[in-house]
Amino acid sequence: MDKLNRRQALQVLGAAPALAGIAWTEAEAQQAHQHAQQARRSAVAAKVAYTPKFFTAHEMATITALTNLIIPKDDRSGGASEAGVPEFIDFMMVDQPDRQLLMRGGIRWVDSECRKRYGQTFFKGTAAQQAELCDALAYPAKARPEHSHGVRFFSAVRDLTATGFFTSKIGIADLDYKGNTFVPVWTGAPKEALDHLGVSYAPLSKWYPEESV
Amino acid sequence: MQVIRSPKVYDVVVVGSGAGGGIAAKVLTEAGAEVCMLEAGPQWDQARDGKMLGWPYESPRRGAPTERPFGEFDAAWGGWELDGEPYTSAPGSQFDWFRARMLGGRTNHWGRISLRWGPDDFRRKSVDSLGDDWPFTYDDIKPYYDKLDEFVGIFGSNHAAETGLHNEPDGKFQPPPLPRAYELYFKQAADRLKIACVPSRLSILTRPLNGRAACHYCAQCGRGCTTHSNFQSPTVLLSPAMKTGKLTIVTGAMAREVLSNAEGKATGISYVDTTTGEERTVQGRIVVLAASACESARLLLNSKSARFPNGLANGSGVVGRHLTDSTGASLSGFIPKMIGMPHHNEDGTGGMHLYMPWWLHNVKDKLPFPRGYHIEPGGGRRMPGFGFMGGIDRHPGGSGGGYGKGLKDEYRRLWGATIGFAGRGEMVANKDTYMDIDPNVVDKWGIPVPRFHWKFGDAERYQARHMMETFKALIEEMGGTVLGKIPGADEDYGLAAGGRIIHEAGVVRMGDDPNASALNKHCQAHEVKNLFVADAGPFVSQADKNLTWTIMALAWRTCDYIADQRKALAI
Repeated sequence: MDKLNRRQALQVLGAAPALAGIAWTEAEAQQAHQHAQQARRSAVAAKVAYTPKFFTAHEMATITALTNLIIPKDDRSGGASEAGVPEFIDFMMVDQPDRQLLMRGGIRWVDSECRKRYGQTFFKGTAAQQAELCDALAYPAKARPEHSHGVRFFSAVRDLTATGFFTSKIGIADLDYKGNTFVPVWTGAPKEALDHLGVSYAPLSKWYPEESV
Repeated sequence: MQVIRSPKVYDVVVVGSGAGGGIAAKVLTEAGAEVCMLEAGPQWDQARDGKMLGWPYESPRRGAPTERPFGEFDAAWGGWELDGEPYTSAPGSQFDWFRARMLGGRTNHWGRISLRWGPDDFRRKSVDSLGDDWPFTYDDIKPYYDKLDEFVGIFGSNHAAETGLHNEPDGKFQPPPLPRAYELYFKQAADRLKIACVPSRLSILTRPLNGRAACHYCAQCGRGCTTHSNFQSPTVLLSPAMKTGKLTIVTGAMAREVLSNAEGKATGISYVDTTTGEERTVQGRIVVLAASACESARLLLNSKSARFPNGLANGSGVVGRHLTDSTGASLSGFIPKMIGMPHHNEDGTGGMHLYMPWWLHNVKDKLPFPRGYHIEPGGGRRMPGFGFMGGIDRHPGGSGGGYGKGLKDEYRRLWGATIGFAGRGEMVANKDTYMDIDPNVVDKWGIPVPRFHWKFGDAERYQARHMMETFKALIEEMGGTVLGKIPGADEDYGLAAGGRIIHEAGVVRMGDDPNASALNKHCQAHEVKNLFVADAGPFVSQADKNLTWTIMALAWRTCDYIADQRKALAI
């Protein structure tokens, strides 16, 4: 198998106009590379310039508090707000407007419940009060029937928080995901992974004669 | 409105730039023909538009499928719903029609699962008395599969002798990639259950070919490949066609009608320039429709004239009939054994390295359905995306929901300990499943739109039930637990709605009898000798295998015939 070194790999990756197919000129390669660079710069710029588009200040504060309770900072990685989760959820309200009612109404439901219980909104509650409310909503199978609307809201926030956190840079690093990279030669799984499952390539060597298995 | 006529007469006008159109462009230009290709969508520039090796956090929506059904990073501009391009379903019917509007069509994002059909797939009536045989045999099309394997490139292995699966013929394969660890694990389970499990067959290069680099194993074929290591029509087929200097591509050209003259010959295509809204025509001595099965049928049905009152090539009334899609159902399982897997890069190629071909042909008489299915597995630690671990409160390995440090650890522990199975099987055409033209609805260009009529039979439902039973058995054999509820009879056992598997075929079928088919065995219209179809429209039946490799082999065979006939001055 031909092995690409890093320089060659970058050339191949950066430069491939749609119809060039086999050979491309230096100028085309340069142009393609600039396209890619520009796209990356725009994405970064867009993130920096981001401001809440849907939530009010109170709603944003409530969502931030909730997402940080759902995925807090620990010894391995930061919490939801460090990963940009509240901004992501706000963006999704505009991107997929069908989600708006559940979020806006859900926050109102939670605040109403907290006023009844504690005389103040969720955001203004003490840590103990917030935890008590979360405990009531976070386990759908155990939750009381009269909390069903809050449970549904909480589950939706939890799912959005998981996406927002684990698709962020710090979330992906937290998972130790090792892919999305240029692999010049595919060598299958390492021995320790095979051993973990009790499997081996040896019985399949007939199908993989060129691989050292 | 004024119609702008191009004075040039091309040798061939091809409608569509996907799998079939791409083959037509390559084969016909290399045979010396001047070809004009019309594509309804815009140019796709892989370097500019492709998202290969991007991260979800580079987008504020993290890859959500807001605008594209397979997610923001998917390389298909299109979907089941297009603005201003509706279609309708007859009362009580559901059929969802996927269209990609872009150069290369659906080949930019497809699964690259390239299963060569077998001898039985071309003679189903002889095997089980249902449907019809094709007007040729496997031996007639085999050389074209071989050419495709060698020119486009495909990995896989020859296993027919070993497995005894005679309907899974050998091919010309590049070496298959080593399986992922969890793939070896489900193979053990499959072996114990006597389910064949062999290297998959994907049109992805594991060795360099024709100047294209080998795969770099980022698992993102669906985003389009910037190194041209997988099959996409623009990079693999249109590129050599352009090099001949004989191919003209017109993007933003939405075909309205096939034009024909008083002698009953096709003369070209009338189309809308979607950028300017102008009505245009292009003339050709030969017309090849490769617009996708239902678009090609729609074009023919909309091409009415005094001579062809039922639409072009439709004296038999068969155009639009015999519509099928693959059957599809899927189920996932939580596999506790995969918890704590030592971390490594599990990406691999864009898709499975092992799969299960249909393995029960020897006992098919004991099954309550006539045809089979294959199984496409997937799982492990894949790049996190939108919807990550959604519904964790219902996960059988979890604590029922929660929040806080415990939940964060739970996500870490359970992520990747999942294997899913998707079945793709053969539907048998029936008289209640077809498309015609809705008499009341036009699209934004004023082109009358298809109306779909859809009905699954019990055979398809029983097949889906069998898939579910098999998937459950595999999951449990691995010590796993099914995720979610297994759909029962009230949900057709999870059988996907028509069109959802995106394998529509059969609506411009071929055959020897001009009263029962639109095309002859060369995919040439019985009634219009210079009109051909080169997508899945001509298919006489589905198979338990995906369509694309057969669309391309058939298109190549058709275009070889066109070139021979032109040489002989017969058309």
